[in-house]
Amino acid sequence: MLFTSVDDVSARLAATGYLASPAVATTVFLADRLGKPLLVEGPAGVGKTELAKAVAEVAGARLVRLQCYEGVDEARALYEWNHAKQLLRISAGRDESWDEARTDIFSEEFLLPRPLLTAIRGDDPKVLLIDETDKADVEVEGLLLEVLSDFQVTVPELGTITASRRPFVVLTSNASRELSEALRRRCLFLHIGFPDEQLERRIVRLKVPGLDAALAESVVRVVGALRAMDLRKVPSVAETIDWARTLLALGADTLDESVVRDTLGVLLKHQDDVLKAEAKLDLDAL
Amino acid sequence: MSVPERLTSLVGALRSHGIRIGTGETVDAAQAVQALGLADRELLREGLAATLLHGTSQRPVFDPVFDLYFPRGVGAPDGEPADRDDLRDRLAAALAANDEAMMARLAVEAVDGFGGYGSSPASDGWSSHQTLDRLRPQTLLARIRDTIRAQGGSSGFTDRLLEDEIRRRIEAFRALVAAEARRRVAERRGTDEIARRAVAPTPDRVDFLFAGKAQLAELRRTVQPLARKLATRLAARRRRATRGSIDLRRTVRGSLSTGGVPMRPVLRRRRPARPELVLLCDVSGSVSGFSDFTMLLVQALHDQFSKVRVFAFVNRIDEVTGLLVHGTADPEGLGARIRAEATLTGWHGSSDYGVALGEFAERYGEAIGPRSTVFVLGDARTNMSDPNLAAVRQITERARRVYWLNPEGRSQWGTGDSAAPAYAELVEMHECRTARQLSALVGRLLPI
Ligand SMILES: Nc1ncnc2c1ncn2[C@@H]1O[C@H](COP(=O)(O)OP(=O)(O)O)[C@@H](O)[C@H]1O
Ligand SMILES: [Mg+2]
Repeated sequence: MLFTSVDDVSARLAATGYLASPAVATTVFLADRLGKPLLVEGPAGVGKTELAKAVAEVAGARLVRLQCYEGVDEARALYEWNHAKQLLRISAGRDESWDEARTDIFSEEFLLPRPLLTAIRGDDPKVLLIDETDKADVEVEGLLLEVLSDFQVTVPELGTITASRRPFVVLTSNASRELSEALRRRCLFLHIGFPDEQLERRIVRLKVPGLDAALAESVVRVVGALRAMDLRKVPSVAETIDWARTLLALGADTLDESVVRDTLGVLLKHQDDVLKAEAKLDLDAL
Repeated sequence: MSVPERLTSLVGALRSHGIRIGTGETVDAAQAVQALGLADRELLREGLAATLLHGTSQRPVFDPVFDLYFPRGVGAPDGEPADRDDLRDRLAAALAANDEAMMARLAVEAVDGFGGYGSSPASDGWSSHQTLDRLRPQTLLARIRDTIRAQGGSSGFTDRLLEDEIRRRIEAFRALVAAEARRRVAERRGTDEIARRAVAPTPDRVDFLFAGKAQLAELRRTVQPLARKLATRLAARRRRATRGSIDLRRTVRGSLSTGGVPMRPVLRRRRPARPELVLLCDVSGSVSGFSDFTMLLVQALHDQFSKVRVFAFVNRIDEVTGLLVHGTADPEGLGARIRAEATLTGWHGSSDYGVALGEFAERYGEAIGPRSTVFVLGDARTNMSDPNLAAVRQITERARRVYWLNPEGRSQWGTGDSAAPAYAELVEMHECRTARQLSALVGRLLPI
């Protein structure tokens, strides 16, 4: 058990620089208590990946990360035989029967463990981060489901490897694709949305310590207003932090029309969003 | 009610809203209650959501149901019933300070003081509408704004944001009042019933034919994410369909790096021409919510096809592909623009499938070829006129596939003036009452 209470989760995550909302702290606490993987869904830049890193740091655990992308496969996710090394070994051509050679080249020495296998081997504590799960193909979900159900992996040539110590598992998703019902059922579900004003202010103060408190408040209010607009892509926490850093670098001590207009590109990535926001914030009225 | 009873009732109510919860999740939820204790209601809420839910879209159903089974309080608030002016003063102060705990307490008082109706001493019912109508929190805006300014809480650039911020707080207060009224009603009429009937379903489960304006607007906001999901589903189907055959030339080329040993077979990727899609949409009043939504969805998916053409009809048919292409910027206004700019009606304003389909076969027959898949959208209610089955037969002969999506429940097909059974003999007809059904059908039926 990593944590004694929900407050303990909040306090220790905060000590590593991650400020958890009550929902985040509660769910992390339960994932630890119930020993279930945690599926974190939400828009980009709200701290999903960062959460897994923070938990690893708090737990003094090694972070094992499987970054998903279109086309990621078993060989990248689970394990792979080191073909080149095997070929070399075979062509080294010692005097031996094929059976002997085969036993030899399918031994641990020639195995390349990938994140899923790495995460269940060994006795040291680990956090397994399966990042951006929605980017992987549907077939990979079957594999994840297998590993996350029994925490064991069967390598036909070697036998079954069972975790002697289960990792704390975090899966993240931007919901670009609906993950399968079966995988969802294995997990506790946590949606991280945009933080409330107060929390976002604390995050900004923490990440951009040089920024004036009143300016931090204004920054968060403007971002809140942008999020209420009907934009193609509203700014996330990551953009709030970037903007705050930009303002600090520019030496701005309050917001005004020209500063906001000049730096709006840090918050909004689409030109039509910028135009819409300029109109709604009366930036074009000069 | 004991806690385990509350929990099982909560699960029952969520299931009745279509949220699939197994016994495993219920056991997890019970463990969560044990681990978290009952002292902090908000932690309990998050813990139950984490264990019982599987997706973000379920949360708007979960929260009001949770509020009913784990209410903040029981019965009426203590103390004298509130005086209207006094309550408005305190509400203005709470809104100015953005004091959410105080807003919740005032919502309780407000419903108790102004929400009761009927004749019996303890009120027959509780209405959030009546509460808000009497309290009129929206009229506090100017006062709250001035208070905040006077306290130096807003100046400079961000002052322009203030009014919208206050409006959002007032919106939040209205939601608190609605939740409190539901709680009071549930105490009189039974929590189970209210949790099933008075909690709005998720937008994807709202019946197109009965959706109100606000619900349709909410639904339209789901078009883009839904399209993204469907596009990945189509891509996966396409991948599965084209997998299999080994490309010998590329496999041998790839094997050069392993000394000629073919370690990695290279699979051939066929690149079939993308299919063509033709939509025939009934946009008459009764089913326009359904066709507008489907048109927007198809438009959002347009790059999945080599060609998309969309036709709208009431009793005459006209091509609206161009309107749709420009319509994505303003999805709200799409339906109105189609009805204003296209020629959809002749002598009268009611639907006539027979005439419209006949006109299509005659004027736009060339739009359909052996690579096209046709979707007809509509309730097949043809106002007693001739369904013109010959025209439909003509369309099916030219097209690769024809599907009909009917927003009416299957049990309604053939009742009254519905020609659904006759059409269903010629083309594959599917019931499509909700966005959920639509996305399942689209994911399955769209050609890849
Ligand atoms: N609650 C938080 N506490 C501290 N930093 C946060 C928090 N939420 C977001 N951030 C910061 O925002 C940035 C984006 O976070 P990241 O984890 O990469 O987002 P995601 O994985 O959700 O796309 C990081 O720099 C992270 O430090
Ligand atoms: Mg990330």
